[in-house]
Amino acid sequence: MKIKFSNLSFLFKDKLTTFATLMMSIFIGAALFGPWIAPFPHEGAGQTNIDNIYIGPGWHHLLGTDELGRDLLSRIIYGARPALLIALAVVGFAAVIGTLLGLIAGYRGGWIDNAIMRVSELFLSFPPLLLSLVAVTFLGPGLMNALIALIISWWPWYARLIRVESHIIRTRPYVEISAAMGVPDRIIIVRHILRNVTTPLIVQIAADLGTVILAAGSLAFIGLGAQPPAADWGLMVAQGRNLIFDQWWISTFSGLAIFLAVLSFNIIGDALRDHFDPRIARQ
Amino acid sequence: MRIMWNRLSSALLVLCAASFITFTLARVIPSDPALAYIGPKATAADSAKLRITLGLDQPIPIQYFKYVWQTLNGNWGYSLSTKQPVLQEIIDRLPATLELIFFAMSFAVIFGVVMGVYAAKYRGRFQDSVIRILAIAGVSMPAFWLGLLLQMLFAGRLAWFPATGQFDIELKYDNPITKVTGFPVFDSIITGNFAATMNGLHHMVLPALTLSAYSFGLLSRMARANLLEVMSQDYIKVARAYGLSERLVFFKLALRNALPPIVTVTGLSTAYLITGTFFVEQVYNWPGIGSFAVNSLLSIDYPAIMGITLLAAIGYLVINFIVDLIHAKMDPRVWMR
Repeated sequence: MKIKFSNLSFLFKDKLTTFATLMMSIFIGAALFGPWIAPFPHEGAGQTNIDNIYIGPGWHHLLGTDELGRDLLSRIIYGARPALLIALAVVGFAAVIGTLLGLIAGYRGGWIDNAIMRVSELFLSFPPLLLSLVAVTFLGPGLMNALIALIISWWPWYARLIRVESHIIRTRPYVEISAAMGVPDRIIIVRHILRNVTTPLIVQIAADLGTVILAAGSLAFIGLGAQPPAADWGLMVAQGRNLIFDQWWISTFSGLAIFLAVLSFNIIGDALRDHFDPRIARQ
Repeated sequence: MRIMWNRLSSALLVLCAASFITFTLARVIPSDPALAYIGPKATAADSAKLRITLGLDQPIPIQYFKYVWQTLNGNWGYSLSTKQPVLQEIIDRLPATLELIFFAMSFAVIFGVVMGVYAAKYRGRFQDSVIRILAIAGVSMPAFWLGLLLQMLFAGRLAWFPATGQFDIELKYDNPITKVTGFPVFDSIITGNFAATMNGLHHMVLPALTLSAYSFGLLSRMARANLLEVMSQDYIKVARAYGLSERLVFFKLALRNALPPIVTVTGLSTAYLITGTFFVEQVYNWPGIGSFAVNSLLSIDYPAIMGITLLAAIGYLVINFIVDLIHAKMDPRVWMR
C-alpha cells in the first residue's frame, strides 16, 4: 500500500477530473501569487475606490465591483489564500490530533481506548457543523476562532478512522510477532501501524478539504467567521446578499469561487480514493 | 428487542453527555452568563445579586443537575432577545422547519434515488456522467449561495416564485389558517383551505430545493454505487442466466437489496439538513428554528442556543434510531448482531 506520487496521471484520468485539477491549480496559483496576478492588487487587499461602486461585469472590471468600488476579481483572487489556508489548517490539525488519539486507542485498547472513543462519540452525537457554530459563538466571531471551532468538531472523525485501521493492523500476525519478539511499541507504531494508515488518512484528508472550505464559508456567511474588511468568499457572499436582485454579481461570483473550489477538491478527492483504494471505490 | 434496549440506553447516555457539553460551553467559556443576561453596564452589586438568583454562585456540578432537572420539567429558560420561554419559541417554530425538511427530503429521496438508479442502468454512458456531475455539484454547493441564486433567478428575474417567507402576508387576512396541529401547510390541507395550501406550497419550492441539493447529491451517488455493487453479485448473474427478464432482475432483485444502505444515507443526510436549515432559513426568511438559531447565535442568546443545541442533538439521535429500526426491518441480519 505504499504511495507513489511519481505517477500523477490519475489527476487527468477523465475530463471532469482534468477540469478539477486545472481549477485547483488556478486556486493554488491565486493563493500563492495573488498580489502579482490580481488586476487591481490594492483593491484586492482592501483599498476602497468610492467612485467606482457597483460597476457591472465588463472589460475593465471582468467581474464588476463591490459596494466599496473594489474590483471583485481581485477580491476573489485575494480570498483564495485564506480559504485554502483554513482548509489546510483545520484538516491538518484535526488529522494530527485524531491520528495521535486514534493510534493510542487502537494500539493500547482497554480503558484508554474506551475513554477516547466515548469522548469522540460525544462530539459526533451533534449534527455536523452545529458544535462548530456554538463554539465559535462563545469564542467570539473571527477567522482564528472559526478555525479552532472547526478543528473541535473535525478531529473525532480522524480518531475513529485511525483507531479502526490501527486496530486491524495491530492484530495482524506479523505485528503480533514483532511485539512478541520484543520490538518496542514506538517502533511498531511508527514502522508498521503509522505507515499502513497513511493511505486511508490521505483519502480522508482529500475528501475533507472541500468540506472544510464549505463549512468555513458557511460560518463566514452568517457572520461568525472572517470579519470585514477581510477578503473572504463567504463574507463577500453575505455582503452582496441584500443586493442580489440588482448588483447580482457580488454574491454570485464570490459564491461561485467557493463552489468551484469545493467541487474541484471533491472531484480530486474521489480520484485519489479510486487511485489508492480501488476496494472502496467500488462501493 | 434486546438490541433496541441497548440502543435506547446508549442513546440516553449520549443525550446526558450532549446536555453536559451544551451546559459546559455556555458556562465555562469566557462570556459570563450573568453579564449576558443583564448587559455590560450593570453595577457589580446588581450582577452579584443576579448571580445568586440565577444560581451561578453554586458549584458547577450542582448547577448542571439543576439544569438537567429544569430541562426535564420543561423549563428551558428564557430567551435573552425575545424574552419568551425558549421551549415555547421552539414549539412555535418547529413545525415550519419540519415541513421544510419534509419537503426537502422528499425532493432529495425521489430525485436522488431515481437518478441514481438511472445512472446505474446507463453506467458509463452519457446519462451517467451528467448525473455524476449533478450529484457532485449537489454536495459541493454552498446552500446559502444556491439559495441566493435561485432567489435572483426564479423570484427576481422570472418572478415565478416568491422570494421569502412561508406565506403571503395578505393570507393572514384573506384565508387565515385554522390551527389544528400547528403545522401550517398540513393544517391548511386538512381544513380544506385550498388557497393557503397553494400559497404555502408555492413558497416552499425554492427553500426546499435549496435545502435538498446536498442530500440529493449524496443519495444519487449512494444509490448508483449500491446498485452497481448488487448487480455484480452472483445471484444476479444466476437470475440472468435463468433468463429472467432484465426488468425483473433490475427492479425486483437488485433494487430491493440495494435499498437498506440507501435508507441509512437518507437518515444521515436528514441529519445534515438540521444544520442546513440554519442557512436556508436565513436566506429565505423562513419563520422556523433555523433562523431563530442563527439570530440566537449572533446575539449570544445562550439559553436559546442551549435549547436549540439540545433539540438538535435529540433530533439527530431520533433520526439515527429510526434509521436503525427501518434498517433492521429491511435486513433481518441486523437483528442477529
